Amino acid sequence: MFIRFIMALVLVTACSSASARLEILITEGVNSARPIAVVPFKWLGQGKKPQNFSEIIAADLQRSGKFNPLSINNMPKTPSTSAEVDYAAWTKLGIEAIVMGEVKPDTKAGHYIVTFELLDVLTGNVNMADYNPIMDKRRNTVATNQLRQYAHRISDIVYEKLTGERGAFLTRIAYVAVDRKSSHPYQLRISDYDGEGEKLVLRSKQPIMSPSWSPDGRKLAYVSFEKRRSQIYIQDLYTQKRELMTSFPKINGSPTWSPDGTQLALVLSKDGQPEIYTFNILTKSLQRLTKNRVIDTEPSWAPDGKSIIFSSERGGRAQIYQVSLTTGKTKRITWEGEINLGGTITPDGDNLVLVSRHNGNYMIAVQDLDSGELRTLTKTKLDESPSIAPNGSMIIYSTVYQGKQGLALVSMDGRFKANIPSNNGDVKSPAWSPFLQ
Amino acid sequence: MNRSIISKSLLIALPMLALGACSSNSDVDAESAEKNATQAVEQVVDDVQTNTIEAIELTAEEQLAQLYTDAILKTTIHFEFDKSLIMPDYAVILDAHAKYLVNNTDKTITIEGHADELGTPEYNIALGERRALAVSTYLENMGVAASQITVVSYGEEKPVNLGHNEMARTENRRAELVY
Repeated sequence: MFIRFIMALVLVTACSSASARLEILITEGVNSARPIAVVPFKWLGQGKKPQNFSEIIAADLQRSGKFNPLSINNMPKTPSTSAEVDYAAWTKLGIEAIVMGEVKPDTKAGHYIVTFELLDVLTGNVNMADYNPIMDKRRNTVATNQLRQYAHRISDIVYEKLTGERGAFLTRIAYVAVDRKSSHPYQLRISDYDGEGEKLVLRSKQPIMSPSWSPDGRKLAYVSFEKRRSQIYIQDLYTQKRELMTSFPKINGSPTWSPDGTQLALVLSKDGQPEIYTFNILTKSLQRLTKNRVIDTEPSWAPDGKSIIFSSERGGRAQIYQVSLTTGKTKRITWEGEINLGGTITPDGDNLVLVSRHNGNYMIAVQDLDSGELRTLTKTKLDESPSIAPNGSMIIYSTVYQGKQGLALVSMDGRFKANIPSNNGDVKSPAWSPFLQ
Repeated sequence: MNRSIISKSLLIALPMLALGACSSNSDVDAESAEKNATQAVEQVVDDVQTNTIEAIELTAEEQLAQLYTDAILKTTIHFEFDKSLIMPDYAVILDAHAKYLVNNTDKTITIEGHADELGTPEYNIALGERRALAVSTYLENMGVAASQITVVSYGEEKPVNLGHNEMARTENRRAELVY
């Protein structure tokens, strides 16, 4: 086990030098990541290959914390089809599975034919007629501008075949960027989950906050101060149509979409203190859920849509509470840590991801909802806005990195962390999209 | 830090008051200065000559300060960490603004509440509002009409110091009075 850990360190060093944009840090703990090989895809065309598939796939799988891709330098051979594979050589290295493929130009201009195979090394090494080592094999025609997406698609397929859980690499993140040199410094942007393919969807002279995805991935709800006051808008990402939801006096904040897509949970302070409401998007009717003389904020729906968790100072310092939408009953659910904020329940309903303050440091933590046990996942001081991948495997959050606010990823077990470098300005308030296909 | 901008906007909002105050305080001086200005030519009588000089005028800021003390030129109220209590040092600033608003009921003020970077952005919006409301309540207790006051919280979204240290956080925990 110890040797495996050392090997992981070496591999990661090699991997991060291959991909300068991504910095992966391994914290302490036992490496349970499974060794696999992502062989460089063979380019069968002329000139430079159009996209480095293996690099994208290996980085995806590694960031999940569940896989440990072998460095290219340590590969016995670099086959591109299952017929060429010498399973014994890979078995000797302890590799469980191999991903390999080929890319060639299509007869249609601007398109490529991408084939890939996923092989089970153990089955291949046994070499019995009844057991096929090919776990998956596909051939697709892909347009140039879709190649990077398709690499993430392959990662999703590999992840699902090997773990039994759906992959979340073909997803996006929405976040707020502040570029103080721009005429419209406050910007709402969307990129692939790994920070690539960034697109601007809204820019403003005044702050933008709290983006939240609709469950169908088509729309974002967010707070905008464009009228020098807070207002909640919904924007369709495909048509650009914007619709004003609430514009009450004082705070209109923290919108989050209900799992069925019909309502927003949000915060209004029109009647005094910040209180939690549900808001029907179609009928615009409001239902107030909290009523007391202290701050209640940051509502987040339980995955079953039957309750809402939120942060409240009703017990003194901020802690996380849960209110049932059927009975209206409220209970406190966090007890450890000086202050707990920004909670979200994981898609399986088992854990709570939150910002927990310990010794004055704000860190991302996960709490087992059954046992109440809380584990901090990060060690930096200013971590906030955690958002969970739709398959529950990773968390994206905002942190301060090299003096700037930026985004970072951490695997749910806390072992793998990767900073996502930002091109310009501060970046914060990430929101991970739902599954997009 | 925004002292000059704020005092300028105060003065734009209030030129008549400032001028009126000036002339009522010193009727005679103002008149003679005016007369001199309109007759800004040399007068020659017999063997002697007289000439005019320019009157010494107070700057716009000085005129306001004369009426409402120097505190009127300050527009930032700072707060302790995670607190919205107005510290005694800032009462004199709010007293000056309250007096101005009571004397000028047609003027309105926006109180912007801000927080430092500690804590989540959504929590800080709530905290910023609590600070802005503390200022609002203070002004109302001094006689300012609620209709003259608008409150908005920007939370941690508009820091004045972009650093990530205690000094920056101290500067960023604030309420700003905007005319």
